[in-house]
Amino acid sequence: MVEQLTFYLFALVAVVAALRVITARNPVHSVLFLVLTFFSMSGIFVLLGAEFLAAILIMVYMGAVAILFLFVVMMLDVDFTQLRKGAINHLPLGIAVGIVILVELAAVAMNLHLSGEVNPALVEQVPNTMAIGKILYTKYLFPFEIASIVLLVALVGAVVLTLRKPRPGLKRQVISEQLARTREQSVEMKKVASGEGA
Amino acid sequence: MAELLEFIHGFGGDLFGGLWPLVWTVVKIGILLAPVMFGVTYLTYAERRVIGAMQIRVGPNRIGIFGLLQPLADAVKLFFKETVLPSKIDRPVFLIAPVLTMAPALVCWAVIPFSPELVLSDINVGVLFILAISSLGAYGILMSGWASNSRYAFLGSMRSAAQMVSYEVSMGFTLIPVIMLAGSLNLGDIVESQKDMWNMIPLFPMFIIYFISVVAETNRAPFDLPEAEAELVAGFITEYSAMASGMFFMGEYANLILVSAMGSIMFLGGWLPPLEILGFIPGLIWLALKICFLLFVFLWIRATFPRYRYDQLMRLGWKVFLPFSLFWVFLTGAVLHLTGLA
Repeated sequence: MVEQLTFYLFALVAVVAALRVITARNPVHSVLFLVLTFFSMSGIFVLLGAEFLAAILIMVYMGAVAILFLFVVMMLDVDFTQLRKGAINHLPLGIAVGIVILVELAAVAMNLHLSGEVNPALVEQVPNTMAIGKILYTKYLFPFEIASIVLLVALVGAVVLTLRKPRPGLKRQVISEQLARTREQSVEMKKVASGEGA
Repeated sequence: MAELLEFIHGFGGDLFGGLWPLVWTVVKIGILLAPVMFGVTYLTYAERRVIGAMQIRVGPNRIGIFGLLQPLADAVKLFFKETVLPSKIDRPVFLIAPVLTMAPALVCWAVIPFSPELVLSDINVGVLFILAISSLGAYGILMSGWASNSRYAFLGSMRSAAQMVSYEVSMGFTLIPVIMLAGSLNLGDIVESQKDMWNMIPLFPMFIIYFISVVAETNRAPFDLPEAEAELVAGFITEYSAMASGMFFMGEYANLILVSAMGSIMFLGGWLPPLEILGFIPGLIWLALKICFLLFVFLWIRATFPRYRYDQLMRLGWKVFLPFSLFWVFLTGAVLHLTGLA
């Protein structure tokens, strides 16, 4: 009973928060509701016994991605009333995209039930993390590596995009140089005759 | 002890019926959090006395013997002060922010093992749970800075969030060798794996990097740039008053105790005694001693070092700690593979 209560609690919060993401007037509030949705979803993952996925969801999506989202939205100061003005013109396109995503999700969901194949991570009585690790590094090694390389390329791309040629005459702090300085190089004792110093 | 527990379960089961497991969990959470909150209040006292002693001052010594009632006086003062809400704030976000800063620091205690049996929730992904929940602390700070509608607060929260996200990365990487040595993400298993040798000995550089990273992660001096008073008044806390700002402080101290507990468990052998012959002293006391030692080092650092500059802080995290800890992960893996220990 407690488990069901918890599920309905998380599910309710997730749905309401997801609705508020698209209805909130303030973009920062939208992002905060998105975070709440993530959190409720990870709660549902825990109920399903997928504690590894739940922890990763919080760590990656809430701890990193959504924080950067929030950063950008807070900094940009977007005027959303201005943006909304033309929104009605794009309604057909929006509905079309929505329908496509809905059909795709439905197809996935149908397959899950029809194929009769049970997730091996749930069958074996080993910790969830170990099961995922095993399957990721044996059966799905190739897709896994491809995904990491794609992410690496994106990372390098982002760095390259922001890289600029240093301006001439730019002073940079080189900490190792500073630490390598000795007393002899930096301080010089001078004997100054009385009354003649600057 | 077992009989007492049985009696409590029987009595509670009669009283609450099917809801008893829920009530019992709440009771356990209360028993767990009371010492934590006690630690938080007396850490503020210890901080003022220890730093006072280090700077050849006296520190608070007027209220009670040795000033021991000072934290209570502070709490009473904070409770009775008026909470001033500035007029142009985003009220709900402004009020939720301090709660969100404090809550993660308390939630993480759910998986901290105090002894082989004494743990509220013995889950298999304990380390991940703590990393995940503590990464949520940045939200409270970001929200408080944005909702305050003040430049100082906003700058402070931006700094703080960037700092927390950066140092979380290097902190996470320092824990990976520990996980590799233990072969488990369960905190209890990690402590047990240190039976022969504390992780601090083979992974000494990781321990140091972990400690420096958590100093930055908890926004403590010398990395307390979010509240650098010379530049930002008080950073994200600028617009908060009375108990609301008190909650930020309590969150900070609860976080300090948490990362010290985490450091003791990951590197200093948790409840294990340093020598086999000292095993007659209960594990709980050993863990408490280790936590107190790490907390003392936190205070020591605060009294010793001047504040970092922001770009130097970022450089340290990304260009020094991250490559070094990545290298150490690789090294640990190679050594484990070559010696056939893994």
